[in-house]
Amino acid sequence: MIGGLFIYNHKGEVLISRVYRDDIGRNAVDAFRVNVIHARQQVRSPVTNIARTSFFHVKRSNIWLAAVTKQNVNAAMVFEFLYKMCDVMAAYFGKISEENIKNNFVLIYELLDEILDFGYPQNSETGALKTFITQQGIKSQHQTKEEQSQITSQVTGQIGWRWEGIKYRRNELFLDVLESVNLLMSPQGVRYLKVFEPKLNYSDHDVIKWVRYIGRSGIYETRC
Amino acid sequence: MTDSKYFTTNKKGEIFELKAELNNEKKEKRKEAVKKVIAAMTVGKDVSLLWYNFRDCEDPNPLIRALAVRTMGCIRVDKITEYLCEPLRKCLKDEDPYVRKTAAVCVAKLHDINAQMVEDQGFLDSLRDLIADSNPMVVANAVAALSEISESHPNSNLLDLNPQNINKLLTALNECTEWGQIFILDCLSNYNPKDDREAQSICERVTPRLSHANSAVVLSAVKVLMKFLELLPKDSDYYKPEILKQEIKVFFVKYNDPIYVKLEKLDIMIRLASQANIAQVLAELKEYATEVDVDFVRKAVRAIGRCAIKVEQSAERCVSTLLDLIQTKVNYVVQEAIVVIRDSDNPDLRDRGYIYWRLLSTDPVTAKEVVLSEKPLISEETDLIEPTLLDELICHIGSLASVYHKPPNAFVEGSHGIHRKHLPIHHGSTDAGDSPVGTTTATTLEQPQVIPSQGDLLGDLLNLDLGPPVNVPQVSSMQMGAVDLLGGGLDSLVGQSFIPSSVPATFAPSPTPAVVSSGLNDLFELSTGIGMAPGGYVAPKAVWLPAVKAKGLEISGTFTHRQGHIYMEMNFTNKALQHMTDFAIQFNKNRPFYNPDRLTYTTQFSLPNTLYRALHYLKILVPLFEVAVKNNIDVFYFSCLIPLNVLFVEDGKMERQVFLATWKDIPNENELQFQIKECHLNAGE
Repeated sequence: MIGGLFIYNHKGEVLISRVYRDDIGRNAVDAFRVNVIHARQQVRSPVTNIARTSFFHVKRSNIWLAAVTKQNVNAAMVFEFLYKMCDVMAAYFGKISEENIKNNFVLIYELLDEILDFGYPQNSETGALKTFITQQGIKSQHQTKEEQSQITSQVTGQIGWRWEGIKYRRNELFLDVLESVNLLMSPQGVRYLKVFEPKLNYSDHDVIKWVRYIGRSGIYETRC
Repeated sequence: MTDSKYFTTNKKGEIFELKAELNNEKKEKRKEAVKKVIAAMTVGKDVSLLWYNFRDCEDPNPLIRALAVRTMGCIRVDKITEYLCEPLRKCLKDEDPYVRKTAAVCVAKLHDINAQMVEDQGFLDSLRDLIADSNPMVVANAVAALSEISESHPNSNLLDLNPQNINKLLTALNECTEWGQIFILDCLSNYNPKDDREAQSICERVTPRLSHANSAVVLSAVKVLMKFLELLPKDSDYYKPEILKQEIKVFFVKYNDPIYVKLEKLDIMIRLASQANIAQVLAELKEYATEVDVDFVRKAVRAIGRCAIKVEQSAERCVSTLLDLIQTKVNYVVQEAIVVIRDSDNPDLRDRGYIYWRLLSTDPVTAKEVVLSEKPLISEETDLIEPTLLDELICHIGSLASVYHKPPNAFVEGSHGIHRKHLPIHHGSTDAGDSPVGTTTATTLEQPQVIPSQGDLLGDLLNLDLGPPVNVPQVSSMQMGAVDLLGGGLDSLVGQSFIPSSVPATFAPSPTPAVVSSGLNDLFELSTGIGMAPGGYVAPKAVWLPAVKAKGLEISGTFTHRQGHIYMEMNFTNKALQHMTDFAIQFNKNRPFYNPDRLTYTTQFSLPNTLYRALHYLKILVPLFEVAVKNNIDVFYFSCLIPLNVLFVEDGKMERQVFLATWKDIPNENELQFQIKECHLNAGE
């Protein structure tokens, strides 16, 4: 599993450092900085192997997030986790920048504790996390026992993004259709046109397959 | 007031102050102290002694309980871990699932600190019980913890996967978060279903995961399906050997992809190119050749050539594309295009390439290099990964091993390869070429061992056949049949050389490991028969025939003395790039006092760069030994000296009187005196 997680600024100074496993030493922090951030040639791969340690990195504006491991970990999972970490941080304090990270480092450590326990990714739903990791500190004395167990059952429940037992008067479902088009043009004309399939707004659940019908009048009809 | 100011503290003696502050009455002070501690941790100070939280394990709030368990597990001081056990045991059975799931991870942490204690206290059983928990997150965490723990105990069946457990895992699969699904799927891929119906039912329940948005889930699901697909009957609906062939458009390169993504996509596109989509692919490749990045452009041009080779009907179109590119007169594009044309199989293409090259007098130097160098023909074989490696990598889809294209033990210390097992043969469809991966990978290129002491020689032979897989080098791919030759060869060696009672010399290929091990069993019996006596000095193997003299065949050897007989041990190493077969060896008979038991024998050795041992049982009475070795290439001669120590017998202990008498009996002329300078003396043992 993930042995450690580091966040660096563009100069290579470490802003957040969390090591979960004994086999990752302090020199891992420096190794990544020297070999990747300050590397002379352009970095050719998001995965680098230095001295039998593997470094996965993701760059957001000028912030580097690096995950470190010495085991044969599921690489896709690590990257998905890094992206998720970025999303969660953005949901809490907006843009990911050096200033924001430094101002919220306590929150980030709390988040890391919760969503990456001992290197195993855990529930990282922003909605659920916000109920008990808040920026003002836990106001736990005033919560009743029911509320506490409600939080824990949401965090560990089947539907992580919704409290159990909620009922609305009208059962409505709102779907946001996000479509994007990739277009490559040259002086001779349109070279390349690709339409992406629409996704549901909640990104980590199964996508509902649907069919779009464009009627004669040009109006979209959607059938699931 | 922001918290970033805590990063700038650098006073000494802080730990003591912090401890006092942490125990302060006021909550505010405590909070500030905690923040300081965290900042100190980031900068690198050791603050581990400050985290004591045991009494919080019984707090009524489950969040606090879970936090306490989690923090406890992070303390890596040995003395404290003993106190961990009781609270941990309670939390594993806590009524709140959040606490239970945190406790499951804590067991893994504890195992990292003190593995023995985890086993002694029975936490592994508790973890196994958690697999049957009602909450899916708890199940997922327990599975993840057990999987990791069992990696350090490779042979014990910690997870104990049986059909009931599998059922629970599959149920949990539908209900947990994406990460939990990844843990469970990875665990499932290590399970060997006992018949094809079970494999099919697992495949059915895993298939819905393929539409998950998280790519890691999809990849893990693919891994499970790929491993189980082989086990399904061929006519089932799930059998889809050609995944992705229709989806080549997905891999078209976007302008803003990072360079490594572009290169990978290009690779994939080439592999997916077929007659149906070649027109689109070529159009794309032509566009890529106008990109900015030089490496990428080179690769794109080369890709056009590979497409020509792969899809032969389209060779004409590929060539015209290449010629268009040459017209652009961009330096590196032209170079690559010429190289590609020159290397292709079709003589017409080559001629046209040469003609156009002559017309282009732009860059004579590069063109000279290109034409005069002798490159081997590109063939599609270079596209394929060596089949045994591919088999092993399928077991690791999605993990780092597939990123590096290497088996895990190449880059992880202490890891063991996963052997892809096959179903028991009961439904009778083992193909002829389907030899077990275990033995094949095991014989992949074991490096020559340092000469072991006598007792270990058996161990070495064992290693040759059943040891863990090692790095696959860049040499051309192995033939599957070679394993059997090795097994058969050794068997015959053993059979003929040692065992007096008749063991039929089998040269027939032996596909299952059983035969090889029976050969080794013979060795075991042999060892008790002849009784390889331990001890005795064995000189390291000296090179008797260097590879340069023998067109790639290197022979090194030594003599040993066992149980009253003198043995000659040789290592044959094939350093040439071709196979060697039809070996024969002969010893010079004309020397006096020579009485060998075996004069000649032939076997088949064929693999390049591998090592075979030959043991000759001989009776030799003369120091210099001449040997002739023949293989399919040539006949080679060499001679070797027999060291004197081999002629000594083991029971050489003499009576003191006898020794003195014998010493005096040696005539004076035979005595020589030397002075040994600068010799350090130790009392002899």
